[in-house]
Amino acid sequence: MYLYDQYDQAMVDARVEEFRDQARRRLEGKLTEAQFTPLRLKNGLYLQLHAYMLRVAVPYGTLNSRQMHALADIADKYDRGYGHFTTRQNIQYNWIKLEEAADILADLAKVEMHAIQTSGNCIRNISSDHFAGAAKDELVDPRPYAELLRQWSSFHPEFNALPRKFKIAVIASDTDRAAMRLHDIGIHIVEHGGELGAAFYVGGGMGRTPMIAPCIKEFVPLYQLVTYTEACLRVYNREGRRDNKYKARIKILVHEMGAEAYTKAVDAEFEHMLGQGIEPPFAELERIRTFFQDPPFEEDANGEIDRSDPDFALWVDRNTVSHKTEGYASAVISLKPVGGIPGDATSDQMRLMADLAKAYSFDELRVMHTQNIVLPHVRKADLHTLWTALEEAGLGSPNLDTVEDIIACPGLDYCSLANARSIPVAQKISERFSASGKTEALGQLKLKISGCINACGHHHAGHIGILGVDRKGVENYQLLLGGSEAEDVSLAKITGPGFDEAGIVDAVETAADVYLREREDGERFLDTYRRIGMNPFKEALYG
Amino acid sequence: MRILTGNDLKSGAVTWWTGSDWSLHVEDAVDVSGCEDETARREEASRRVNVPYAIDAELHDGKPRPAHIKDRVRALGPTVRPDLTLKPADPDIGNWVI
Repeated sequence: MYLYDQYDQAMVDARVEEFRDQARRRLEGKLTEAQFTPLRLKNGLYLQLHAYMLRVAVPYGTLNSRQMHALADIADKYDRGYGHFTTRQNIQYNWIKLEEAADILADLAKVEMHAIQTSGNCIRNISSDHFAGAAKDELVDPRPYAELLRQWSSFHPEFNALPRKFKIAVIASDTDRAAMRLHDIGIHIVEHGGELGAAFYVGGGMGRTPMIAPCIKEFVPLYQLVTYTEACLRVYNREGRRDNKYKARIKILVHEMGAEAYTKAVDAEFEHMLGQGIEPPFAELERIRTFFQDPPFEEDANGEIDRSDPDFALWVDRNTVSHKTEGYASAVISLKPVGGIPGDATSDQMRLMADLAKAYSFDELRVMHTQNIVLPHVRKADLHTLWTALEEAGLGSPNLDTVEDIIACPGLDYCSLANARSIPVAQKISERFSASGKTEALGQLKLKISGCINACGHHHAGHIGILGVDRKGVENYQLLLGGSEAEDVSLAKITGPGFDEAGIVDAVETAADVYLREREDGERFLDTYRRIGMNPFKEALYG
Repeated sequence: MRILTGNDLKSGAVTWWTGSDWSLHVEDAVDVSGCEDETARREEASRRVNVPYAIDAELHDGKPRPAHIKDRVRALGPTVRPDLTLKPADPDIGNWVI
């Protein structure tokens, strides 16, 4: 994985000291809250329902064990012994003190981490495929390109005050594991005639106005990747609306201009910029690539797995994924125990995951946007030992991509923007399906819950989505069906009137039962919904 | 009734105006109807609390209870982590929120 050079480290260290001074001035009353808010947000420090909240960037979700240990230590030293892994492949701490925030940033800097640009109207953490570098189906490892864009976008002065926040995802396989087309810019590394390039999808997003990004350019040579990205941003920065924050995202601009007109403007800007030397030297990309070489895989690793333990066999079937190298697998550590809080991990669990990564996965971990953790490179021969350790720590739930593997935002339990609680709904649904024994029969069923219209829980992209709303001061939940964040991307539709907390759990089970009744061979929930449409579900839900 | 709340500047903890000081416990809050803006301005200037604001509340067993669920969650703590709330030993405290 990428390691800081002296410039990276100097920039991050300087930023820590700058923030330390800003926080001191705030505590001394030399800055008002109005003056301080944009400064703390640029360093990932929010003021949430119960305390300050710090969002730490995990570039394209990649961590090493030393970093995961540091995150655990921060949870113990400055927070309440746990952290929350987010749908942006980051981690958040919920109980931070302003007077200690700069010390946390200093501790992060010691392990080449920071919280810069995890908030505010700037380019946020670049996300990517959590199986990058391990996936059997990838064209190349997308992370060097994500890292190049991370370096380009960090502190970029021109894009420090965009109309709204800006999210970029980079993938390099036809299977989309990063919700690429639901980003402001989705970049798909492709090959044409033996040459690598990037397909650009611009203007996607969730939130209150969900949109799927159209492809505006099918092939941009990789030696023009940064220039074309910058052209996309420049047109947005110039033309994007600043008069209404709800219409300020690039998706609104692309929609209002039309994809063709927006592309024309980007192409004109691109032509103009080609002569200006925007693109980093190719040697820099080559330098970055050297950090993402394959680890020393054993050439003759044993590919046999002893499946005599049925619990282990179930976990292997559900939570491990094919690896590009024979004898290896990617193992998904579920942070979704039945009745648990999706995405939360205690400091002890973080340390265990770090130690297991060091012992069995070439010192690498990945944060998934689905709020689980991946050990990307595990010898199949080590899987049973790994699973045994995970089981003992409450991390062995065999539920990847099942109805129990629920994405849920922090919701009204933690978030000042939320209208309804998400976590209790997720807990009750996972308990309901675990007790009913239907999880296995349901197969792949992606359920995503947001506590407000901002959609941090990706409810628009759930096979089943749930949106919490405030109805005259009472929590109410809308049910949505038919969304997907994957290569078969689609936006979920609302079934009808909402439900109370108990009612939404019943409603999800009712929808699942319709699927079990109506499905044909090999169909997932989403496939059946697409074939039979909304009506059978509405009839079952509302009579 | 109207009660005044904010977050402690240093710790970020949710606090409630008692008439003379700030408390972590909403049951200590006093009615600030008629003087909420003045009190908020003065207290913010004193830098003890971050952006104080008044909310609606009603008396519940003789003690203030915020009218909106969001403020009740603020007053107690996350309902999904009773151990982290201000009343970890009270098994029925969730009913007070909901």
